[in-house]
Amino acid sequence: MSQNETTDADDEPIPVMQQILDNPFLLLFIGITVPTVFYIVWGVMEIVTIPVAK
Amino acid sequence: MNDSRNFRIDTPTGLQYHRDAELLIKANAFFGVVFLLIGGVLALLVSLTRWPSVHLLPADWFYLTLTAHGLDMLVFWIIFFEIAVLYFCSSTLLRCRLATPRIAWLGFALMLIGAVTTNVAIFRGDSSVMMTSYVPMGAHPSFYLGLILFAVGALIGCFVFLGTLVVAKNDKTYEGSLPLVTFGALTASIIAIFTIASGAIILIPTFLWSIGYIHQIDPLMYRTIWWAFGHSSQQINVAAHVSVWYAIAAIVFGAKPMSEKVSRTAFLLYIAFLQLASAHHLLSDPGLSSEWKIFNTSYFMYFAVLASMVHGLTVPGAIEVAQRKKGYTKGLYEWLRRAPWSNPVFSGMFISLIGFGFLGGISGVMMGTEQLNMIIHNTIYVPGHFHATVVIGTTLAFMSLTYFLIPSLFRREVWLPGVAKWQPYVFGFGMYAFALVMMGAGTLGVPRRHWDMSFAGTALPHEFPGSAYLMMGLVGISGVLAVIGGGMYILVTVGSLLFGRKVESSTFAQKGTPIPRAPVAATIGGHHGGAGFAAPGTFTLAIVFLVAFVLYYFINWKYLSTVWGIS
Ligand code: HEM
Ligand SMILES: [Cu+2]
Repeated sequence: MSQNETTDADDEPIPVMQQILDNPFLLLFIGITVPTVFYIVWGVMEIVTIPVAK
Repeated sequence: MNDSRNFRIDTPTGLQYHRDAELLIKANAFFGVVFLLIGGVLALLVSLTRWPSVHLLPADWFYLTLTAHGLDMLVFWIIFFEIAVLYFCSSTLLRCRLATPRIAWLGFALMLIGAVTTNVAIFRGDSSVMMTSYVPMGAHPSFYLGLILFAVGALIGCFVFLGTLVVAKNDKTYEGSLPLVTFGALTASIIAIFTIASGAIILIPTFLWSIGYIHQIDPLMYRTIWWAFGHSSQQINVAAHVSVWYAIAAIVFGAKPMSEKVSRTAFLLYIAFLQLASAHHLLSDPGLSSEWKIFNTSYFMYFAVLASMVHGLTVPGAIEVAQRKKGYTKGLYEWLRRAPWSNPVFSGMFISLIGFGFLGGISGVMMGTEQLNMIIHNTIYVPGHFHATVVIGTTLAFMSLTYFLIPSLFRREVWLPGVAKWQPYVFGFGMYAFALVMMGAGTLGVPRRHWDMSFAGTALPHEFPGSAYLMMGLVGISGVLAVIGGGMYILVTVGSLLFGRKVESSTFAQKGTPIPRAPVAATIGGHHGGAGFAAPGTFTLAIVFLVAFVLYYFINWKYLSTVWGIS
């Protein structure tokens, strides 16, 4: 990269995607929430609503 | 401690080791290999028992051995080594000190105590519950306690890793985004945190149940949450070994990723979706709806499969681009023919990559499909599949990384280089054969985790075709071959520590130097935008892969249609 390009790049806002990828704790949040909601919470709800045999 | 020796720079590679990190990486890697050795001896015993004409162990010893093999390999070997990888990818690649070394040692101690405790419980003989320890089958309380201690220790390791990222950021030891390999390690540690939390959520109540504090644990609830742990831990492995592939491509070839953006996005897909696939372990369980099963195992999970295919393409692609730059441009595959096939760092990594994709990947997508799962559920096809992922993929990748770490980290020359040169071939191709014949036997219906496939003396006997016995004989033979390959690895690594000539090419400093100078450190730790996509050989390979994939997938649907006759 030439000197010029570097200074240009400094003025540009950082793309949203890069901001997400550069934030380890946001990624940690995503990595915990998605499986907790879709796999664990949904799965557990289905299991606890199974009617008990009499 | 001598302060002027706080950081060591390994001159040939330019990598910089913080003293505490260095010791921790060594200790974790070392104990990983110890458990690999134990697990390998057990693998031999298990294989010789499943080989019908040998049928070595009595039934109770078979189940004991199988329980220990599963846990020592899948949990203790792999996770000890992974913690070493996490510290290497943070402190070493980012050239900063390790956050809170004392706490890291505490984590290490908990892991070691936990692993020993669980092993003692198993070998006492009253905890042969298999690594899944499904309730209401009960093990000795110390079996669960050991696993819990180990999990807490590993969790501490993940947080030390995250802390080290923060240290590096504050000390500005790297520029811009994290290096790609470290980003992959971050992916692994995020998945690990979810995994370990799930393990704790289910194992703590199970421990309390084993000491009589809780009356009952619902088996379906156990299975659902246990698999959030059991499956997700496989995804830590995938993220970790993919990072190792990228690292080795950079180490051996100076290869730059084809596009950092694409590779990072693929890791993001792992973070978000890979863990949902845990549901494929419950495809045959009643009580969970088809919506839940299909949502978790297909539509979303395919994003994660896509990510694996991206990595499987961009790693060899990056190597191809680097090799073509060096002038190996003849035909589609000169770059590959002229690769350093006698260097185990490379050969192991490449055998790992191809086997993981073709054997592990294709079989995994097949069996993760709800309908097709019925053909092979609980057969020996399942261990066939996961030995292709976790042994060929993860274990072999870690083995090849070791050959790089012996001189750079342990400062020894590799002992018996001739053995090291052949090791990835014996182990890798032994495992290719092993996985294939296990899948063959599983397709014929041979059960997994079964001491006697002839069902001698049972009330409802079952007669398997002769080909099933042949396949299981081949399982035994190829298993022995793979064990020999594993033994060669132990011989070389332990031998190098004991007898390898010392490597004296380091300089020491009190303070770290953030800027990598020598080639290896600069390629793994730096940024490259993208090396471009001019990789026709890799592209052809990808087409072959897709054709194999589609063919195999549809063959299994055809096979499914013939399982029950309709009249
Ligand atoms: C020399 C290499 C190895 C050989 C020959 C070998 C052989 C075997 C055999 C024969 C089984 C029993 C299958 C059954 O009866 O259901 C088995 C199970 C298993 N192996 Fe290996 N193995 C090897 C290495 C590994 C490694 C490196 C790992 C993990 C990293 C691993 C993980 C497992 C697991 C998790 C099980 C399942 C245990 C269970 O069903 O509870 N193996 N292996
Ligand atoms: Cu799984």
